[in-house]
Amino acid sequence: MKYGIGLGLAAALTASVVSAEAVKPTAVVFEDGAIASSLSGTPGDAANGAILMNKGSGNCIACHSVEALSDLPFHGEVGPPLDGVADRWNEAELRGIVADAKMMFDGTVMPSFYKTNGFIRLGDAYTGKAHGDGEVQPLLTAQEIEDVVAFLVTLKFE
Amino acid sequence: MNLKPWIAVAVIGMAGVAIAQDNSTLSIDGETFVTETDAPAHLENVSTIYSGWRFRTPETQALQVDDFDNPAMIFVDQGIDLFNAVDGTEGKSCASCHTDGPEEFAGLHAKMPKVVDGKLVVMEDLINTHRQDVMGAEPWKWSGADMQAMVALIGLQSRGMPMDVAIDGDAAPFWEKGKEIYYTRYGQLELSCSNCHENNYGNMIRADHLSQGQINGFPTYRLKQAKLISRHNRFRGCIRDTRAETFAEGSEEFKALELYVASRANGLDIETPAVRQ
Ligand code: HEC
Ligand code: HEC
Ligand code: HEC
Repeated sequence: MKYGIGLGLAAALTASVVSAEAVKPTAVVFEDGAIASSLSGTPGDAANGAILMNKGSGNCIACHSVEALSDLPFHGEVGPPLDGVADRWNEAELRGIVADAKMMFDGTVMPSFYKTNGFIRLGDAYTGKAHGDGEVQPLLTAQEIEDVVAFLVTLKFE
Repeated sequence: MNLKPWIAVAVIGMAGVAIAQDNSTLSIDGETFVTETDAPAHLENVSTIYSGWRFRTPETQALQVDDFDNPAMIFVDQGIDLFNAVDGTEGKSCASCHTDGPEEFAGLHAKMPKVVDGKLVVMEDLINTHRQDVMGAEPWKWSGADMQAMVALIGLQSRGMPMDVAIDGDAAPFWEKGKEIYYTRYGQLELSCSNCHENNYGNMIRADHLSQGQINGFPTYRLKQAKLISRHNRFRGCIRDTRAETFAEGSEEFKALELYVASRANGLDIETPAVRQ
């Protein structure tokens, strides 16, 4: 993780302390692929969302290009460019897509970032070994989903 | 399900990606290779198959057009030494029995994997069976340098011949199993081989230009790892990257997958040993 954007990070850390109230991945309610209200109960931090787009379990730009992040190298082409995505989808829809895109786009190759069950041969991160009996963590936490969504809603063609 | 139109955006995006694979022609020592051809009849979702060579940078491609530049050839030379080296309790080398040298195996690679006595065998199995049963030598590790040098040496004898594995008869149940594995979405990222190598070849995924994941160049010399990479090692890496529990090298699952993936290349010329990024 980059520590350059100190404020964003601090906000994210505070947020995860508050996130005791987070909606569990198995309890999320989708309506037409969208999730109406916040998963964490704490407003998302767009700056941390931008970091997650590039790093760790988010790594969205592996598949999507984003003009606003053009300082970062190697944007992928597997998914559509996300420029202007907030003109196409509202916040609830974006939350649904990031949490579990398969609810919006049947059979999509986009991974489900807030999901903990139903996997085939689930591994222990990138080790190639079996996951074991421990609790399965979603790719992104509730707060991280909110942070990414907060970033996505800034992507408008003015 | 909801189908809002990002399609317009996608079309604009496509403009920069007009060429999925390049138009270069692979020719090694004056011999031209088939790197693009009609897909075999069993392939439902792809009409043209391409060698992975067509997706690589000009710099990487260049390393494969001249055997003096191909870093894999050092390992092939080691394979020749191993072929002639006496090993095991019987005091024999491969050359003791295969007196015409590895050239005897021309064409074998194009037909592998194949079913022998009801079992699906790949090249590594043939080699280790010989070492253990007729030479009294220790088996080699699947992806070890010795083993892959020998697989590359035997594969080289079929270079320029089209891949032609059998998928019917005895092979059919193994092929079906391999096909099922190919289309299964493994791991926490829930990605199948087909998601990347069938739905998205030609696209960039992060810094990687996705190919069709063909195995007509294996074992390949990977610049990143500076050694020969076995097919099963490549499969393992790809499954691991989906945050899944992989199968073991040499497992029945990977042999079946190898047969299926090999059959997707039927018609492409063998490039063993190819060079990859
Ligand atoms: C493995 C590739 C992959 C990854 C990783 C990925 N996506 Fe996607 N995404 C897609 C694809 C493919 C689509 C198109 C949906 C479909 O399949 O029809 C898509 C669609 C979307 C859409 C709707 C786009 C539009 O213009 O309508 C959004 C928003 C989105 N992704 C956000 C994200 C975010 C945020 C992340 C990271 C947390 C992410 N994606 C990670 C492949 C990916
Ligand atoms: C004691 C003699 C002997 C030795 C030593 C020996 N082989 Fe063989 N090999 C044979 C015979 C006989 C056949 C043909 C019958 C068969 O397929 O088993 C054969 C066949 C093969 C085949 C072709 C199998 C096929 O299905 O067409 C390969 C490949 C092979 N040997 C590789 C090797 C290698 C590599 C070595 C050294 C590691 C080796 N052999 C050592 C006797 C030997
Ligand atoms: C997340 C995407 C992804 C998935 C899923 C995936 N691969 Fe790959 N694979 C890659 C990338 C990236 C490369 C390196 C670039 C290229 O050749 O496509 C690669 C390379 C390969 C190669 C080497 C191709 C060559 O020309 O040297 C083979 C073979 C291969 N993959 C087979 C498979 C098989 C079999 C599966 C399913 C078990 C699979 N891959 C799943 C991304 C993927």
